[in-house]
Amino acid sequence: MIKKIFLIGNPNVGKSVVFSRLTGVQVISSNYPGTTVEITKGYLEIAQERIEVVDLPGTYSLEPSSKVEEIVSLMLKEYPKDEFVVIDVIDSTNLERNLFLALQLIEEGFAVIACLNMCDDTKHRGIDIDTEKLEGLLGIPVVSTCAITGVGIKLLIERIKEAKLTTKDSFTHEKRWLEIGKIIEQVQHLTHRHHTFREMLEDASVRPISGMFMALGVIFISFKIVRFLGELLINKVADPVFFDLYQPLLEKLSSTLGSGGFLHHLLVGELINGKIDFKQSMGLLTTAPYIEFAMVLPYIISFYLVLSILEDIGFLPRLAMLLDNLFHRLGLHGFAIIPMLLGFGCNVPGILSTRVLESKRERFIASTLISIGVPCVPLQAMIFGLLGHYGGFYVAGVYLVLFALWLILGIILNRVSKGYSPEFLLEIPPYRIPSFLNLFQKLMLRIKGFLIEAVPVVLLGVLLVNILLFFKLFDSLNSLLAPIVQGLFGLPKEAVVALTVGFFRKDVAVGMLMPLLLSAKQLFIASVLLAISFPCVATFVVLFKELGFKDLIKATLIMVITGLIVGTILNLTIIH
Amino acid sequence: MIQMKEKRKGKIVEVSGGARLQNKFMSMGIYPGREIIKLSHFALRGPVAIKVGRSVLALGHGMASKITLEVE
Repeated sequence: MIKKIFLIGNPNVGKSVVFSRLTGVQVISSNYPGTTVEITKGYLEIAQERIEVVDLPGTYSLEPSSKVEEIVSLMLKEYPKDEFVVIDVIDSTNLERNLFLALQLIEEGFAVIACLNMCDDTKHRGIDIDTEKLEGLLGIPVVSTCAITGVGIKLLIERIKEAKLTTKDSFTHEKRWLEIGKIIEQVQHLTHRHHTFREMLEDASVRPISGMFMALGVIFISFKIVRFLGELLINKVADPVFFDLYQPLLEKLSSTLGSGGFLHHLLVGELINGKIDFKQSMGLLTTAPYIEFAMVLPYIISFYLVLSILEDIGFLPRLAMLLDNLFHRLGLHGFAIIPMLLGFGCNVPGILSTRVLESKRERFIASTLISIGVPCVPLQAMIFGLLGHYGGFYVAGVYLVLFALWLILGIILNRVSKGYSPEFLLEIPPYRIPSFLNLFQKLMLRIKGFLIEAVPVVLLGVLLVNILLFFKLFDSLNSLLAPIVQGLFGLPKEAVVALTVGFFRKDVAVGMLMPLLLSAKQLFIASVLLAISFPCVATFVVLFKELGFKDLIKATLIMVITGLIVGTILNLTIIH
Repeated sequence: MIQMKEKRKGKIVEVSGGARLQNKFMSMGIYPGREIIKLSHFALRGPVAIKVGRSVLALGHGMASKITLEVE
């Protein structure tokens, strides 16, 4: 009786796309090994029976060599062999390497069905695979699919029941490769093709000099597009909606409420020159939605659109290779660029994806560096929005300070942390043309994730702060922390509220600075402090889950101390 | 592997290193007797890119130095 289906396969063969096709559950899929670090479950109905489908992270072998691969081998041992079927997802363009895991699965005696994915990609690479012959040689059902368009998925589902428990002798690794050689000779025919333009690009991007120029170009263009698209959405969509449609409604509400009082304070906030000011009123219905939807959301959309395109093309592993040398100084290896980049969107998925790193030491260094030196999109968007008025110089300054900190702290952590960091062994995927559908679904998934995560916390946070402010409950905290905030950082003591709110949401925290009308220098210092000093509550929780209590405390102490030192230094060294 | 010139073909003679690393190499198709092409090598003890079968792999410098090749 089948109760479960496991999707297993080498990294970056499209398991998550197959999973989405089978279950209808949307998961993030990209063109780099190690996209999936969490186990996702969904359901598939076969003959009126709901069977659980589990999407496992990619693995090259059943003998684990990283935390992610350990998860896979543990999952397979957890249930009796006759209760599940394994769908081995195989990259058709790289049959040989994928067969190593396939044979291991068969040798283990699991009920296996092979899914030759990306079959559309084989044709223009001059690869022809005889599926029937392969089926005979392996002794398991083999189905050709192209999950991204849906070809073959129906057949795959129909044939799942044909997967039977196998009995086969176990090979040594060398024997297994010999066996694979024989199989490949019989089932795969290659037609020689001339180097295509795409292959030339692929080659150029793994060479030091040409690769670096390509990377610089790609990063520069990506940054420009994120900025341009973000601004466009703000100026042409978000601002008109808020100012022309929403504001008149709110003005009516404000006068209905009598332009003052407790409820007015909560919902609308303070009137600035007798009018609602979305940036300064601080009400539950005014500034809170304005920050999330008109200042942050546009950048979430533009950032994730560009990131998703880079992910799906297959650019990131190449960037990892270029940066390997730099990351070695920080006790990491090049692949750590992927958690860092994800961290720029939101620190939480960034820290989660450090699971692809092999050692605990690397995960600690990477997570700490993400929570200190990598500002999330909501924070960055607010910094653009506020500090941008004083000129790009200040915005660039924030990035420069954060980058310097990231580098210095990384070097120090590498020196003082015990243990050693292994090197990387990374597969560089071919460039692929992103599928529009996949891009769109991934973007929607990420926007949805942001809205679900952010909106309740923001509303609750603003509500709480407004209540506390109305009853003047912050005054004692303000006075308590005034020596630090005023004396060391040169900020007004009201900024204490904002810095405290930073624990809930960084974007709202910057928002709380808006009514204080700070000078450029003060705003600069406050922005840097908010980025480094303390993780927001969501990051805090994920740090705890991933690192454990002891390392969480260590990381937090590092953040607080760094914050104190950097805030003071910046205050003393910047003159105007 | 380190000494070999870029764009050259070579046959793996020996793979040293711990059992875990050997296993990982093995599962990715790096084992004695296998032919590979070295694609590039980054300066200052940087990573090495090689082509094994149809896949392109990037290896850290230290890892690459554990692989001994025979150049034809």
